[in-house]
Amino acid sequence: MAISFVVNGKSQSVDVAPDTPLLWVLRDTLGMVGTKFGCGKALCGACTVHLNGMAIRSCQTPVGSVAGQKVTTVEGLNNNNVQKAWVALDVPQCGYCQPGQMMSASALLAANRNPSDADIDAAMSGNICRCGTYPRIRAAIKAAAKMA
Amino acid sequence: MTNITNQTRRDFIKTSAVAGGGLALGFYLPGSVSNVQAAEAAMPNSWVRITPDNTVTILVARSEMGQGVATSMPLLVAEELEVDFTKVKIEFAPPGEVYINSLLGGQLTGGSTSVRDAWEKLRKAGASARLMLVAAAAAQWGVPAAQCSASMGVITGPGGKKLTYGQVAAAAATQEVPKDVPLKPVSQFKLVGKATQKRVDTPAKVRGDSMFGIDTRLPGMLYAAVAMSPVIGGKVASYDDTRAKAMPGVRAVVQYSRGVAVVADSYWQAKKAKDLLEVEWDGGANAGLSMGKLWAGLRTASKQPGAVFRESGDADGALAGATKTITSTYQLPFLSHSPMEPQNTTAHVTADKALIITPTQFQQLIPHVVGGATGLKPEQVEVRTTYLGGGFGRRVEVDYAIDAAEISKLAGNVPVKMIWSREDDMTHDSYRPAGLFTLTAGLDANNKPVAVRFHSTSPSISARLFPSIVKDGIDPFAVEGIDNFPYAVPNLKFTYQMHDTGVTVGYWRAVSHNLNAVALECFVDELAHAAGKDPLQYRLDNVSLGQEKHKWSGLSAGVAVGQRMKVVLEQVRQKSGWDTPLPKGRGRGVAVMEGYNSVIAMVVEVTASANFDVSVDRVVAVVDAGPLIHPDQALAQMQGTINFGQSACMYGEITVKNGAVEQGNFDQYRVVRMNESPKSIEVHFLPFAEGQPPGGLGEPGTAVVQPAIANAIFAATGKRLHRLPFTPEHIRSA
Repeated sequence: MAISFVVNGKSQSVDVAPDTPLLWVLRDTLGMVGTKFGCGKALCGACTVHLNGMAIRSCQTPVGSVAGQKVTTVEGLNNNNVQKAWVALDVPQCGYCQPGQMMSASALLAANRNPSDADIDAAMSGNICRCGTYPRIRAAIKAAAKMA
Repeated sequence: MTNITNQTRRDFIKTSAVAGGGLALGFYLPGSVSNVQAAEAAMPNSWVRITPDNTVTILVARSEMGQGVATSMPLLVAEELEVDFTKVKIEFAPPGEVYINSLLGGQLTGGSTSVRDAWEKLRKAGASARLMLVAAAAAQWGVPAAQCSASMGVITGPGGKKLTYGQVAAAAATQEVPKDVPLKPVSQFKLVGKATQKRVDTPAKVRGDSMFGIDTRLPGMLYAAVAMSPVIGGKVASYDDTRAKAMPGVRAVVQYSRGVAVVADSYWQAKKAKDLLEVEWDGGANAGLSMGKLWAGLRTASKQPGAVFRESGDADGALAGATKTITSTYQLPFLSHSPMEPQNTTAHVTADKALIITPTQFQQLIPHVVGGATGLKPEQVEVRTTYLGGGFGRRVEVDYAIDAAEISKLAGNVPVKMIWSREDDMTHDSYRPAGLFTLTAGLDANNKPVAVRFHSTSPSISARLFPSIVKDGIDPFAVEGIDNFPYAVPNLKFTYQMHDTGVTVGYWRAVSHNLNAVALECFVDELAHAAGKDPLQYRLDNVSLGQEKHKWSGLSAGVAVGQRMKVVLEQVRQKSGWDTPLPKGRGRGVAVMEGYNSVIAMVVEVTASANFDVSVDRVVAVVDAGPLIHPDQALAQMQGTINFGQSACMYGEITVKNGAVEQGNFDQYRVVRMNESPKSIEVHFLPFAEGQPPGGLGEPGTAVVQPAIANAIFAATGKRLHRLPFTPEHIRSA
């Protein structure tokens, strides 16, 4: 049975088992590979997307649970201030975790236009970066906050 | 990789026409006739390709795993080629003799060698191409080349005549390759070394474009999930796939060399069916291996004399005659690479060819191993290197490319993307070796060291991967970071005892610097304390200004660096405010090291709670790495290596029980997160000396930060740490 939901403003209908994680539906069924597989257990944040504006881990979100709801992925950020700041500060190294980082950062800034260091720690500590881009992520969030 | 240290082989230049007309220019290393033929046959493999439509493509022969080679290496070519860098296209090079890394002897990304190897080679490649383009234009105009100049991809001749690179590219390909290629002085660089330079790959990475191995898609592609032996080195004894095969989407279940793979229409279908496989494993020799037995084995082996790799004077005699001796043994654990992109490969093996699309650090090896595994000849194997979601040495291994090729063939010659779970990745890594590192110093009546004895016991990585470089019991990659011992002590004896524990070991960012230099710089702090000296001043007082050369560590400076070490130590003293006291519960530690011809001193500030929870608050680094090709990304590498080293020494430990790795995911193998990363990382790069070549920066910071943290914890708590990682339990029991 088809499951319908909205991805980046566009209605999508997929015919997959409802327990399939949203992550794999985005990547394999819809061909939107910006959302990354990192751990499969909501421990690393690489798969972070927005569900109705909230940051969630798509690797632990069955697609059946998002029927009728709005999903936003990195492909739908539309060059927002977070992405602009990420480019301005050359944040990514390998870049693999960065879509998840930017999704978490975008959700943070949507809820808190002037986050403190403690706010950034709280919002971003679910996203692992093995390259160690944390100093630039922090600086880029602050830069994006100033653009708003 | 048969020759790690030979830097003397001359590079040769060849040209040929690109298909469709144009100039391709590359270097190749002289060798057998077959090598030369291979280079010619592969001539689209080159550094520079210019087509008639003025498209300039620069090929990158190193793997982009975050360290910035996709920017830094083309910058070196473009600096001399005189093109608009913002319009240059970047492509990753296929395997080819032409692309061998002269510092490693293979087309391999590692050892912080990419820009060290490329520094002259790629500027010459750019300059040669420019000279040939100018010569072709001059010939067309009938004027001497000396009257022509090139800028931004356009050649200007007498009277202001102009031709674009694209217009003369085909003719340039027939020009003689210039023998002498003068290079611009560093002072005239327009691209290299500029603070404002951006990475070429950032926009695509920020958009979330398809670029990593795991993003690969081929027409008709299926997905594979795998079951591998939990016991390291174990094999399939038998399996029952009845339930797995009944799952929707499953196309095949195949047994391959080291496991059972489920091939399905989607990854999730493959994964769900894989979870229903019932596999009996034959654990083999490692089935009973656990940490108690493993450390006991290392301790027993450590009683062996080992192989001497550095000796001067009479260390044993001087120790016997010393007023006092100090001995410490440091115990360092296995570590996982755990790059964020789990291992994966897309393979399509057919009767007469194979396509392998993979995030690899060692593309040159893949045709050989995939050929061996599939019955194809190496030249029938096409390898495409993607962007790498982290590497850190894990992707020097080619195991996962072999696995995917086998699965593609066994599943009926279908294109297959094999994706490892995080658990597959963490439990089937090639781990940073564990080991025991014993240092003994003999002090005279004034507490001055008169002798140092170093004895390490650890597995050899190269014995498995590149046995030809292991000589007389010494693996050059096992003695780095100590072979270049930088202090003035008259009597030295350094030995290495190789010991295989059964756990697969591999090259892990900064390799044995993370073992040897960590132990040494912790120990030097103990000597300073014993002498009642400030640990930073103690290092300044004892750095050797002699000219001794060390023999084994081929990727280090190879010459004495005492003067450079003094400068970075003095600078870090100032920059860190070393001499201003910190409140109770906080502490400062220092460490210094030369690795990859970069000399780095770091001061770290930590806060330790009453329960020995430690936060790393501030890191100040002073770095003498010669000329920086891409300064902002040199900074990024220092920021990154500091975080990577912090993960290792604060949290990192892989253990085995009954032969199986116990940590499967990031809840069990903890790494630094945003809230734990130092709030302040300050990096100061020193100006470089005239003629100084670049040092490597992708790794060394990893090794310097760890002893600096240990020494800061000592300053904060009075606890001297001999066992890593620096967990509250290990600090409490120290």
